[in-house]
Amino acid sequence: MGILANKNTRVVVQGITGREGLFHSERMLEYGTQVVGGVRPGKGGEWVLEGKVPVFDSVRVAVEATGADCSMIIVPESAAPDAMLEAADAGVRLIVCLTEGIPIQDMMRVRTYLDFKRVQLIGPNCPGLLTPGETKIGFIPGDDAIPGNIGVVSRSGTLTYEVLYALKLVGLGASTCVGIGGDPVKGLNFIDVLKMFEEDPLTDKVVMIGEIGGTDEEKAAEYINQSMTKPVVSFVAGRSAPPGKRMGHAGAIVEGGEGSADDKINALKQAGVQIADHPEQIPELLKK
Amino acid sequence: MKLHEYISKQIFAEYGVPIPQGKVAATPKEAGKIAKKLGGRVVVKAQVLVGGRGKAGGVKLAKGAKEAEAAAKAILGMQIKGLPVKKVLVDPAIDIASEIYLGITNDRGARQPVIIASAAGGVDIEEVARTAPEKIIRVHINPLLGAQDYNIRDLSIGIELDRNHWAAFHKITRGLWEAYRANDATLAEINPLVITGDGALLALDGKMVIDDNALSRHADLAELRDLSAEEPAELEARKNGLTYIKLDGEIGCMVNGAGLAMATMDIIKLFGGEPANFLDIGGGASAEKVAAALRIILSDKNVKAVLFNIFGGITRGDEVARGILEALKDVKPKAPMIIRLVGTNAEEGRALLAEANMITAETLAAAAQKAVQAAKGIK
Repeated sequence: MGILANKNTRVVVQGITGREGLFHSERMLEYGTQVVGGVRPGKGGEWVLEGKVPVFDSVRVAVEATGADCSMIIVPESAAPDAMLEAADAGVRLIVCLTEGIPIQDMMRVRTYLDFKRVQLIGPNCPGLLTPGETKIGFIPGDDAIPGNIGVVSRSGTLTYEVLYALKLVGLGASTCVGIGGDPVKGLNFIDVLKMFEEDPLTDKVVMIGEIGGTDEEKAAEYINQSMTKPVVSFVAGRSAPPGKRMGHAGAIVEGGEGSADDKINALKQAGVQIADHPEQIPELLKK
Repeated sequence: MKLHEYISKQIFAEYGVPIPQGKVAATPKEAGKIAKKLGGRVVVKAQVLVGGRGKAGGVKLAKGAKEAEAAAKAILGMQIKGLPVKKVLVDPAIDIASEIYLGITNDRGARQPVIIASAAGGVDIEEVARTAPEKIIRVHINPLLGAQDYNIRDLSIGIELDRNHWAAFHKITRGLWEAYRANDATLAEINPLVITGDGALLALDGKMVIDDNALSRHADLAELRDLSAEEPAELEARKNGLTYIKLDGEIGCMVNGAGLAMATMDIIKLFGGEPANFLDIGGGASAEKVAAALRIILSDKNVKAVLFNIFGGITRGDEVARGILEALKDVKPKAPMIIRLVGTNAEEGRALLAEANMITAETLAAAAQKAVQAAKGIK
């Protein structure tokens, strides 16, 4: 039983008929995720993935027909804000939005509405989440992780796979891995996920992968210092990044004297977090 | 994407913000003509996308057409922080009684837009924030509701604005909000917003930054991108759907994923090297994209070694390997190449590359160490 999602989570995929939508829905089915339906306005009534998954015209119809409680969004950026609002109104409790490139003003409006509807959002611009051995909702390759007692939360995609893989090589597994995404305005944040791991009986230690930009790591450090009993190991990417440049992720930028890796690392160190110099060092720090 | 002062001010004016009646010029002669039309004293201002132009001599006062022409001649062709000045704005000189700061930006922590005002305008607002934070008034705006009248009144009250100016300030703040909102700005700033000797409010300077993610719905603004402010290699990369940022080091990097790309740069530095670039080839990188990426990396003459760090997921190792082989057909790099390939179809990829005479590594740490040694010429 992971935090956020487990083998009973029923997922509807918005954008299932696209190339990426089909590819990743298939990987999810193979992994054991309950992909109970897809949404593509105008294609309701069709079936995809060898007749395994029904397609609906709207999330509302899909939820009524399948009892889905989670929506994964893999639609182009121009359609993603509408897709998130639609999912929230259709009554799912969790939205995982993988789409990259959503304008920040759109995201501020969407997030405000989702808070009003009390719907949880992971992403956007994220790899999704993985509860090893139970379910995967998003891009994270299932092969990279084994079940275990380590909670992983990260702003990055492939860097997360790298860490999961390094853990797996030494026999360490993950309880849940949450990719919260690389955008400046998003759904769940480090603190939200750290709280869930702190309360989760199946998580004993936590790995937090941060990067430059914003002050979420500093806020997480404050929370860890005040309220966390479980040990946290962290890596913060972007020590070598120049200020004022956006390093790929929309949120990864040092600006206005804020967001540098050193500030984040110092804050985390002061909160008693062990800092890895590079990702492959994380397993040995966890074993200490 | 940053917009020049004259464009930002034009946009503000469309939303009812009063601006000086100046015009932009690309030659000294044009500048002289504009000054003649305006009459009296003018200010000639360099249009560059960096701060600190005043200190660099990019803003000059002039009396009449002749002086304006001379000032424009001095400023045009000037380099300010490495950027060439191609245009000047010729504005009438204004009799200033006091200066206000007014700006709107996105507060990512609060997940809301924030309007910032200060009676200490005309100077670097970040400096004011450091030295006199109490002089800065911030009002957060609910993104679904937009700026309300009381929000704007709170700003007037906060900066202790003379009540005679409330109506004008209200109209300007409302206009700036609409301009920010309609153009998907991440920053819309008037600094200074001046109160003139006759008691009028006027946006003397203007600055706008547009959200890159929103440019597809602002085609008119996207066209205005000032390419002279960008690295040619970075432009080339963008055309190929790659994110590339040039740095000063000697080890070129090709990585899939932004976070991993940063981590790869960091580990190079950790082992005593310097990264030459940030490069994210993205998910599902095709052979074509990999080839373009390699050409861009090698266009940097400082590069003494190239490190490939590919963690297969969506990106498939064999596809990247094919891309590298494809690229090696037309670019013949002298620099040694180090590759680490893990994840989806990594074995197939490694087999394909066996003949390519590359240095292979299993772990990220080993790959970085080998790259640092190779760049230093140690075998």
